[in-house]
Amino acid sequence: MTPSSSIASPGAAPAHDEHHDHPNYLVDGTTIKSWLLTVDHKRIGLMFLFWVLLFFLVGGIFAMLIRLELLTPGPTIMDAMTYNRTFTLHGLVMIFLFMIPAIPAVFGNFMLPLMLGAKDVAFPRLNLLSLYIYLGGAMLALWGMLNGGLDTGWTFYAPYSTHTTTTVAPVLFGAFIIGFSSIVTGINFIVTVHTMRAPGITWFKMPLFVWAIYATSCIQVLATPVIGLLLVLVTVENLFGFGMFDPARGGDPVLFQHLFWFYSHPAVYIMVLPAFGVMSEIVASFSRKNIFGYRAVAYSSLGIAFVGFFAWGHHMFVSGQSTFVGGLFGVLTMLVGVFTAIKVFNWVGTVYKGAVDFKTPFAYFCGFLFFTVFGGMTGIALGTVSLDVPWHDTYFVVAHFHFIMVGATIMAFLAALHYWFPKMFGRTYHEGWGLVSAALIILGFNATFIPQFLLGNNGMPRRYYEYPERFQALNVASTAGASLLAFGFVIIACYLTYALFYGRAAGKNPWRSKGYEWLTESPPPTHNFVGPQPTYPEEPHFYVDPKKAEVPDAV
Amino acid sequence: MQSSASTADGTVAPVPRLAMHFASLEVQNHAARLGMWLFLATEILLFAGLFICYGCYRFLFPEAWAASSRSLDLTMGTVNTIVLITSSLTAALAVHYAKEGKNRMVAIQIFLTLLMAVGFLVIKYFEYSHKFHIGTLPGRYYFYEGIQLPGAPMYFTVYFCATALHGLHVIIGMVVLTFSMVRALRRADFGPNNYTMVELGSMYWHLVDLVWIFLFPMLYLV
Amino acid sequence: MSELLNNILFLPEAASTFAERVDMLHHFVVGTTMVMSAGVGLAALFMFFRYRRRLPAQATEYVVPTLKTEFLFVSVPLVFFLAWFGIGFRDFTWVTTPPKDAMDVYVMGKQWMWKFAYPEGPNGVNVLHVPANRPVRLLITSRDVLHSFYVPAFRIKQDALPGRYTQIWFEATKPGTYQVLCTEYCGLSHSKMLAEVVVLPQEEYDVWIKDQRRGRLQDRQDALADTSLVPPVARMVEQGQVLAGSEGCLKCHSVDGSKHIGPTFLGMFDRVEKLDDGQDIRVDEAYITQSMMDPGAHLVAGYQNVMPTYQGKLQGPETAAIVEYIKSLRTPNVREGASEGPAYDAIQ
Repeated sequence: MTPSSSIASPGAAPAHDEHHDHPNYLVDGTTIKSWLLTVDHKRIGLMFLFWVLLFFLVGGIFAMLIRLELLTPGPTIMDAMTYNRTFTLHGLVMIFLFMIPAIPAVFGNFMLPLMLGAKDVAFPRLNLLSLYIYLGGAMLALWGMLNGGLDTGWTFYAPYSTHTTTTVAPVLFGAFIIGFSSIVTGINFIVTVHTMRAPGITWFKMPLFVWAIYATSCIQVLATPVIGLLLVLVTVENLFGFGMFDPARGGDPVLFQHLFWFYSHPAVYIMVLPAFGVMSEIVASFSRKNIFGYRAVAYSSLGIAFVGFFAWGHHMFVSGQSTFVGGLFGVLTMLVGVFTAIKVFNWVGTVYKGAVDFKTPFAYFCGFLFFTVFGGMTGIALGTVSLDVPWHDTYFVVAHFHFIMVGATIMAFLAALHYWFPKMFGRTYHEGWGLVSAALIILGFNATFIPQFLLGNNGMPRRYYEYPERFQALNVASTAGASLLAFGFVIIACYLTYALFYGRAAGKNPWRSKGYEWLTESPPPTHNFVGPQPTYPEEPHFYVDPKKAEVPDAV
Repeated sequence: MQSSASTADGTVAPVPRLAMHFASLEVQNHAARLGMWLFLATEILLFAGLFICYGCYRFLFPEAWAASSRSLDLTMGTVNTIVLITSSLTAALAVHYAKEGKNRMVAIQIFLTLLMAVGFLVIKYFEYSHKFHIGTLPGRYYFYEGIQLPGAPMYFTVYFCATALHGLHVIIGMVVLTFSMVRALRRADFGPNNYTMVELGSMYWHLVDLVWIFLFPMLYLV
Repeated sequence: MSELLNNILFLPEAASTFAERVDMLHHFVVGTTMVMSAGVGLAALFMFFRYRRRLPAQATEYVVPTLKTEFLFVSVPLVFFLAWFGIGFRDFTWVTTPPKDAMDVYVMGKQWMWKFAYPEGPNGVNVLHVPANRPVRLLITSRDVLHSFYVPAFRIKQDALPGRYTQIWFEATKPGTYQVLCTEYCGLSHSKMLAEVVVLPQEEYDVWIKDQRRGRLQDRQDALADTSLVPPVARMVEQGQVLAGSEGCLKCHSVDGSKHIGPTFLGMFDRVEKLDDGQDIRVDEAYITQSMMDPGAHLVAGYQNVMPTYQGKLQGPETAAIVEYIKSLRTPNVREGASEGPAYDAIQ
């Protein structure tokens, strides 16, 4: 049954229904315990935000160390072992601790119930549990990284990972635990979308962010167990030597890669689909237009989630799988590109006949569009089987996935942070600094990663501690760009922290957006709505003058 | 999804607590069940990874796998299968009685289930200790003289990984069911409106059973 | 034109036939991408300006795409992507299917060096000599962890897997020295696992290999070679013959053409055999290697699946040696027909 047909039960009314005071969620309970043991999805979202940003800082510092080390062809600031551990730590922290929870666990948690007109997610206590599972896994993994450190790269390919003497076991087991957090969040969101939609919100009136999170959750639920198993197998292998992936005992390292990429390719969409969702909201909000081709965008999210499960072999074109299998995975990869192209065209189409307000989130939208187009097109080029032969495992691949994962996802993360900052904290930041730092970051990203594309073309393999002299010029350019990028992030940290405490009060809806999440107060009260739930007669982002709402223009 | 939640609201004494963020009790139960189904899906995928390893290596080492498979004790395996399938029956009966509000019967059925689970683990223990004794162990620990085909240690790697993971699930399932049993005895508040806890525990138990139904033919029969 | 593009894209010198094909597709992909993205980007920029906000709470029109527009959105990228894929897959098939007359070199990666072995000798470390304008097939394996053999100038790359052979081929077009890099992370000195390919004109190559086989160590090879790593038996065929005896191959396979449990090695190489599923297969290195590692995969009709696997029993170079030994048993009068059924000894 769908909740839209169910009647609100009397038990659903808030307990404290006296009409004098509905404190917002930030001040409703100020003890430390009221935060640590909260089941309020908004507070959990904020706690996730805090930790995710902290881990982003850690990963970012290690990224800078890598770039500094690569400034000269020989050893620069560290030895080879430290370098190998540094890039492994950078990858693991950024992927498992930052990218995967970044948008779903922070903004998904915060916005999903608001966008569905629900008072909370379906399982609030599980939601809190997922935070602590995440932290537990993160602590175990980081403890392992600091006490010995892992040097396999984040892909921990067997048989190297089963033979290396570094601390594989705690780190991989930590990642395994984090997987549970991801699964719990995914289950929670799927159930929430299925059962908690307010009356009037049908499937095709859900905001596109919800669609994206829904597709993401499906991937999280279906793919994470496989890597969970793999992580356990590698841990066991490393500790006891059972020989599951050890060629000397008849094991097959290519099987490891298949299992690994079966998770890790869909994991890319766990990272990028929520970003697509955020951008669908922002482009609609800032151009005051309904999304051009709403259903196409919604379906393409599901399409990417689905096809994403069948494209993993394109990571292995030169790994010894058969030519035919390579071709099959190549074609399926093209379909992911088509779905993404549909989204890009529809976002651009949304602006058509709109009313664009070029604020900071929209600046990030522009950057996002750029990175998605070029990140996506280079992805398609890599899926063009023969081109992957020279590019595989070179800096071209590094640049490509940073364009998508850093470019698109971080753009969306920052855009979401700026767009929903008033919603979350009830304050506004300084618009001028916002635009300046957005420009710096977009320029910095390009300056960092465009040289890396060229390095890849030139033939520099990834995970190289030292490199032949001829690669130096481009490496220096990339490091210079990375500094610019870091500078941009420092500015953001400064003005957002300032705004958090001293920013102007934002009011209920500073962007005049018609997204569903803006229908309640900013910041929202503890159970999101005061009194009965609002009704949702219109679709989200419906900016049409009521007088002429009848005839839709078709283009 | 069988939406068999009773509509007789209010007529039966023990009414479960409705969390305030749900629209109605029916939605709450639906959500719980949907969540459990999704969780079971993840469990199946967890084992799917092992099944893939099984398939690949079986394809690589057909003779070794046939020989190793024949070295297992089929009688013990069959007894274990029967024990586990029967325990699924009692788990299902527990749900049945929970719907009718017969809390004592619920506790008895769950107790029987737990008993059979313990029996399963005991038999498994005997199988394991036999293997430790004769040396059919994973990877480098393998020292069994009887089968000297390349790939035989790999069979036992997969065997031990799969059965150990399954055994872990048996233990988790036992813990979950124990909670329901204690509640049926202490609070005795299961009834037509409130049986979700027993139902979910039982669903989990069926999954444990289902995984074994796949593992048994794969490891012992084929 | 393509020279200019290569410079803009920082592509290294193209020194193989495959490199020319890859670069052509590369230019095509980059060109179309740039044109299309510029189109989309300019359209977006134009609209950002043209449809800028004029009132704070401006109402807009409700615009939905027609089916035709959506169809266009799907079909245009799809057509281009599939076209690229078609070309790419054709080239990929080309580079994974070595021509029949290719010269073989066995490549083995180990932490952290590359070893090269020619079927008739010599063996070398970190320097591979090949003749120009002649297809060379690399049969690649690894002794420890994963490695990947990458020559940027040839645009070829293939992972080296322990316990298995992979193959790739190239035809160098210009004499010179080209760098080999390892592109699969393999531990501490991953970035130091460099080697080079020296492409010589055919005549010089002939002289070089003759010198090598005479046992005269050339200066460069000598300086780099880690002699402790070179197997004591330099000639792979001889080594293979010894191994075939010690590993028990000759218990079931004869070398003089007589019938036995398994097919005879004499004249086996390059023969076309009929499989038990009715297909034909040409006996090449890949098939022989596969038959050693996974004997049941393709059975020649009339033979039982009785051979044990040698997966994990034979080291990479040993497998290569046995293959070379079988190749050495080619007869001038190669029968084109399939093998006859086996002859079983009485069970002792």
